[in-house]
Amino acid sequence: MRRYFGRKILIYLLTFFLAVTIDWLIPRFMPGNPVQNMLSRVAVHPEAVEAMRGYFTRAFGLDVPVWQQYLNFWAALFHGDLGVSVYMFPQRVADIILRAVPYDVALLLPAILLSWLAGNKFGAYAARTKWLDNTVLPLGYTLTATPYMWLGIVLAWVFGIVLDVFPFAGAYSYDLSPHLSWRFVGDVLHHWFLPFASLFLVQFGGWAIGMRNMIIYELEADYSHYLEALGAPRNLIRNYAFRNALLPQLSGLALQLGVIVAGALVTEVVFSYPGIGYLLLAAIQNQDYFLIQGCFLFIIVFVLLANFAIDIIYVLVDPRTRRGMTGETA
Amino acid sequence: MKKGKRSEFLFFAFRNNKLRVGLSIVLFFLVVAIVGPFLTDNEPLKYVNPGGAEPPSAEYWLGTTTFGQDVFSQFVHGLRATFLVGALGGGIGTLLGVVIGFTAGYRGGLVDEALNMLTNIVLVIPTLAVLLIISAYLEVRGIVMESVFIGCTAWPWAARAIRAQTFSLRSRDFVDLARLSGKRSWKIILTEIAPNMMSYLLLVFILQFGGATLNAATLDFIGLGPTSGISLGLMMNYAVLWGALLLGIWWWFVPPGLAITAIVGALYVTNVGLDEVFNPKLREM
Repeated sequence: MRRYFGRKILIYLLTFFLAVTIDWLIPRFMPGNPVQNMLSRVAVHPEAVEAMRGYFTRAFGLDVPVWQQYLNFWAALFHGDLGVSVYMFPQRVADIILRAVPYDVALLLPAILLSWLAGNKFGAYAARTKWLDNTVLPLGYTLTATPYMWLGIVLAWVFGIVLDVFPFAGAYSYDLSPHLSWRFVGDVLHHWFLPFASLFLVQFGGWAIGMRNMIIYELEADYSHYLEALGAPRNLIRNYAFRNALLPQLSGLALQLGVIVAGALVTEVVFSYPGIGYLLLAAIQNQDYFLIQGCFLFIIVFVLLANFAIDIIYVLVDPRTRRGMTGETA
Repeated sequence: MKKGKRSEFLFFAFRNNKLRVGLSIVLFFLVVAIVGPFLTDNEPLKYVNPGGAEPPSAEYWLGTTTFGQDVFSQFVHGLRATFLVGALGGGIGTLLGVVIGFTAGYRGGLVDEALNMLTNIVLVIPTLAVLLIISAYLEVRGIVMESVFIGCTAWPWAARAIRAQTFSLRSRDFVDLARLSGKRSWKIILTEIAPNMMSYLLLVFILQFGGATLNAATLDFIGLGPTSGISLGLMMNYAVLWGALLLGIWWWFVPPGLAITAIVGALYVTNVGLDEVFNPKLREM
């Protein structure tokens, strides 16, 4: 088990190192000069431009040798200093991101967990049950093939505009300010529902299909046939198959995290939901390089931590990894 | 014997409903993408209808946008872009996966350790975040470049799966025999190992194709797609940007998403159908 975790942690550390390096490299070595881009947006006096160039060069830390820029980047990172936003000057990037995080957690956590649980249950029922299989399977394939933003757009259009039962923009009504009251909480939930639903539905389809296919594989396995030959009840065999099929679904969740996060980004854009995705889009449109870097780093760290959490859960549910027997698929 | 096996596959392929339905849908859209642009004289981004947004009619089959652009023209040209990204991005992703998977699985040892480590690292990094950040810094972007980037970030799961398969094949007797006869490694991989995995590689390509399409749509929707031209993702981007939702111009944003869903969904169904054709255990009884 120690070896298993040792390897995992090494990979995560290397990934983090690589991600930070990419994050640092890209603005420096891509065509186009970020400082120049920013200056060209503010047409002012030539002297002012020079002064601003000096300021931005220092602000980006571009006035020292490259190797030192890199070390400085790391040092600042460990101090939690992600720089100052250009587009929301003079707020600090770290503060802006921390303000957006609760919305992401509120959206992603329930959507991921509920869709995984519900999708697996549903898929397991559907496998080798003719009429359910014939309805769930096409529905599941359609849902999992749906681009996140399109489902978001369609839900916003149908429920937000045509039926007018759910709001489709923002995290709460504009005439309310955040405070603790039933009215506000209800309003937040009301705004939360559509983005949550579109994230939930797309993932639900994927898990249902994955589980359905897994169960069919498991029901063809030797142990299932053996149990069948012994005359074990159908439900018992299916229970065993379900538990075995859950393990690949769990590693599947780890693999899907990146896609899910990407889906959340565009869903937030569709619904103007003030999470990291919405922030990242604003940062890109305003060429706010510090904010882009910060969002990227935050997403990477979130995905790495979630992956690690899934690894721990995997060890808890699969005794083979604990005993140091191979069985490690993730 | 080989011929007999092929005709057996074809026999099951034609009788497999999933394969028939999935493949027909994909082919239908492919034909629309190829033929469609010849059916309209309107440039996709040109302002052709002075009346602004109008619902589908005999003249504009899918209506017009707020600016009077022909949605049908945008749609068919966008479909072309989608197929291009899918084929190119999916192809590159598959190719990289195949090369890395074969090398790691066949060589083993230190090469395998190193490649496996690389695969695991790229696997955890959220692809889209990397694509976003690369695209954000590029000022001019084309569809081909977009496909290359998408392909270059999509290979890890394919490489891992192919590595595992190669691993189990390389210790078989016929591979040992080929090695004893002094064949070069890459020749053994090409003539002994790859033919045994052809069906699997086809499945990998189909999934990579679908993934590339979805990734491209996401990038385009955020406005980080190609800087000129049109794609299905860009159509949705424009529609949302110019308030098609509030104005109720559903014919602007429904067709592109519907087409992507149909194509990718049909590809997944085709995939399962093929899986059943190649793997007798999975066939419905």
